[in-house]
Parts: sequence; C-alpha cells; structure tokens
Amino acid sequence: MWELLFQPFVDFGFMRRALLGCVAVSVGATPLGVFLMLRRMSLTGDAMAHAILPGAAVGYLVSGLSLGAMTIGGLIAGMAVALLSGYVTRMTSLREDASLAAFYLISLALGVLIISTRGSNVDLMHVLFGSVLALDNAALTLLCVIASLSLFMLALFFRPLVLECADSQFLRSVSRLSAVSHFIFLTLVVMNLVGGFHALGTLMAVGIMILPAAAASFWTTRISGLIALAAAIALLASYSGLLLSYHYSLPTGPAIILVAGAFYLVSVVFGIQGGIVQQTRTVSAVEI
Amino acid sequence: MSVAVAFEDYSLGYDRNPAVMCLRTEIAKGSLTAVVGPNGAGKSTLLKGVIGLLPPLSGQMSFGAIQCKDISYLPQQSEIDRSFPISVRELVAMGLWREVGSFRGIGRSHNARIAEALAAVGLDSFEKRAIGSLSGGQFQRALFARVLLQNSPLVLLDEPFSAIDAGTTADLINVVKHWHGEGRTILAVLHDIEAVRAHFPETLLLAREMVAHGPTDKVLTAENQFRARQMCEACSGPPHTCTRHAS
Repeated sequence: MWELLFQPFVDFGFMRRALLGCVAVSVGATPLGVFLMLRRMSLTGDAMAHAILPGAAVGYLVSGLSLGAMTIGGLIAGMAVALLSGYVTRMTSLREDASLAAFYLISLALGVLIISTRGSNVDLMHVLFGSVLALDNAALTLLCVIASLSLFMLALFFRPLVLECADSQFLRSVSRLSAVSHFIFLTLVVMNLVGGFHALGTLMAVGIMILPAAAASFWTTRISGLIALAAAIALLASYSGLLLSYHYSLPTGPAIILVAGAFYLVSVVFGIQGGIVQQTRTVSAVEI
Repeated sequence: MSVAVAFEDYSLGYDRNPAVMCLRTEIAKGSLTAVVGPNGAGKSTLLKGVIGLLPPLSGQMSFGAIQCKDISYLPQQSEIDRSFPISVRELVAMGLWREVGSFRGIGRSHNARIAEALAAVGLDSFEKRAIGSLSGGQFQRALFARVLLQNSPLVLLDEPFSAIDAGTTADLINVVKHWHGEGRTILAVLHDIEAVRAHFPETLLLAREMVAHGPTDKVLTAENQFRARQMCEACSGPPHTCTRHAS
C-alpha cells in the first residue's frame, strides 16, 4: 500500500516537483473555475486557454523553451484576446460569445502556424500537453507565485466579484468597481492558464479549473463550500492522476484531468444537489 | 420647495435614437412621483439616465442637494441570476455596499438593520433561504428590503409591482408610502393607472416628450392620456432639436 501510494514520491524528485506544481495549480485555479462556472463562462476559460498559444509560441521562437519568454508571451496574447473581444462586444452588435470565439480561433490558428513552421513536433506536444514531470525550479516558483497572487487577489476582491457575478447591474449602480473587478478576474484567469500550461499544457490547464468546480456544484450551494470542495477535488485528482501516470506509464496531464472528469461523472450521478439519482427519487416521490 | 432632480432639455436614447426627448422639468424634493405613459414612451430609459447607466444624448440633468451616489435603483427586470448560490440575507445585505464597500465587516448594528429591513417587507423567517427558492413576490420583497438598507434620499423604482400578487403589492405600496413619509424622493414607473391615482400625489406623463407633469388628478385627464398615445404613435422618425414650449 505504502509502495503504491507514497513510494514514487519518496524515490523520485521529479514526482515531488510534479506534485507541488499540481498543488499550486489546483489551489490557484479552482476558485477561478468556480467563478467562471457561476458566471456561465465555463467555455470562456477554454477559449482563453487556446488564445494564449500564439504568445507562448512567439516567446518560444524568440528564446526557445524559455519559461520567462513563453509566460510573458502567453500573458500578452491572453489579455489581448480578452480585451479585443470585450472591445468588439461593446462597440459592435456582435455578442460576447461570438466575438470571443472569433478572436480565440484566430489566435489558436496563429499559434499552431508559428509552432509548426519553426519548431518540432516535440515542442508542439510540450506546449499543448505540458511537461508536469519535468518542472524545474523556475517553473515551480512561477506556479507558486501565480497561485499565491491569485488567492491574495481573490481575497481582496471577493465581495465585488461575488456581487459582479450575482447582480452586476446593482454593482454598477453603486460602485465603479464593476469594470475593475471584471478586469482583475480575467487577468487572474489568464495568469492561471499560463501557469497551468507549463504544467498541464494549454489544452489541459482549463480542465483543472472547470471540472472540479462543476463536480463541486452537485454537492453544495454555498460559494465558500464550492471553492473549498473544488480545490479538494483538484488536489485529489492531481495526486491520483500522478500516481496513475507513474504506475501505468500514462501521459500525466490527461491522467489528472481524467480523474477530475471521473469525479465529475460520479457527482453528476450521485450528487445531492440535483444529481441524477436524487432527481429521479424526487420525481418518484411526487408520483407516489 | 427645493429640487431633487432638474432636467434641462434632457434627451436620452440608444444608438442616437432618442427614447426621451427634450425633457424640461423638476422633481421636487420629497415628492412621490409616478412616471406613466404608453409602451415605448421612454419611462424606463429615463430612470436609467437618472441613475447614470445611460449617458444623455444632449441636455443636462442636475441633482439638488443629492449626491449622485445617493440613489437606489430597482430595475424592471432584475438581472440577478436566481440560481446564484446566495441567501436572502446576503442579497439584502448588498444594500449596505455604500457603507461597508469591499472590505469593512458587517457589524452588529448592520445585522440589526438587515433583520429590521427583512421584517419591514415581511420576510422575517426567510433569512437563510436561498434566493432561488423564493416566489416572484417574495423575491420582489427581498429587493425592496435591499433598497431599504441602501437608505437613499432618492429612490427609483421601475415597474415595481408588475407580475406580483395583490397582497405583496399592497404591502410594498405601504413600504413606498413609508419612504415618502420619511421625506425621501421617489420616482416610480407604473402601468396601473388606478394605483397611481390612489397612492401617488404627483405624476409625470411621458410620450418620449413630456406630456404633463404635476398633481396626479390634473395630469391624468382623458385628454392628456389620449394625447400621449397619439404622440407615441406619431413619433417614429428621428427628431432633431428641442423646440421651446411655452410652458
């Protein structure tokens, strides 16, 4: 039992690093996922994750697999897409989902183009699927800084954020913080996606954000409960995903996300807040 | 008589199409005014302009002694997501925003006021209920409690009694009258002309332009109402400059 669950982490430094990286990503990203879900913006997270690709690619072109260049590039590309789509939504009749979709698709195509003309397939795989088993000190530090910063900013702006989600019209009528908190929120989402893509890759980073939040929503209806439970699910998924990938030689990012996905599916069926089993019970109780 | 809000050739609209045109009037401080008019007369638009959600196309609006942050606004269709996981108490406590902002805690005196506001709208025992479990009328009561806590000298209500039951309407009209008694200025968009006659001393009749403004019985004449309907039907093309009416 010990060998199965703990020995890999005792024996191998890269497993410990991977675990620490995943813990940082889980703790920082899941609260944002909860807010994305509550604002019905779950797919926005996905779109933003794709949008950071060309920035990371340009960073890669300029200085190879450099952490700093790829991070800054990703941040710039993500924020550019967020701001441009927000601008187009305000200035034209196009709705937000369509303008965001347009910009992230352009961004994604650009990213794939840049990588495939100048890099190798191995590099593309690294960017798309991350390299959680090869996190160096700098990457780990970056992940931890991003997680700490996210938690700090969330604590600072918790009340306006909740208000902005629940009733943005009211917040706009009493305060100017509405736009500010929305902007800070988007910045944090992009930051966490960029951090997450070093560990899990652009495609998987959004999974650790959204899946735990969606699973948690089947168990509690309090915001604080949602955040705590989502973080716990993300941590558990990271730990078991790492172990699965170690014992069965599976790619790590997808393994972690699939475990989170399993949590989600179990919650859909057995969740006490509107899960399938509970729903059918209620219906049959009414019929009797 | 001091003035709460003054409009000077005030025009409002969307995409340069005016929905309210050349409004020139004053809302007296402490008045209880109903805003009435046909569909598309610009009633809701006017409230959005006063609260600052919509910038004026032209003209000016000024507040008397009131700061523009001292306004409570209850929109016609609240954009609140009813499935959002907050309790009735938390919804109502939002009304304290101007006092507590992002950081200050909600203290004992605040808690007492929240309880008081809930009691005033008849939701004493609903504190901990999720907002999703409330009926339409109960939800409107909760929104009134939030306005109560905002404690503003100027209150804007957009169709506050549409789609709620008679009992709730009667209770909430009493809340509005109580505000009036406390000297607050109230501007309410209403459809129910009978309720306006019964409870609102002042009326502003709009048909994009102002038709009449004054004591309710003088404004709500058959002739004025007919004129308002005609004006609303006639005014389809985009209009231009404000002509000064000899008023």
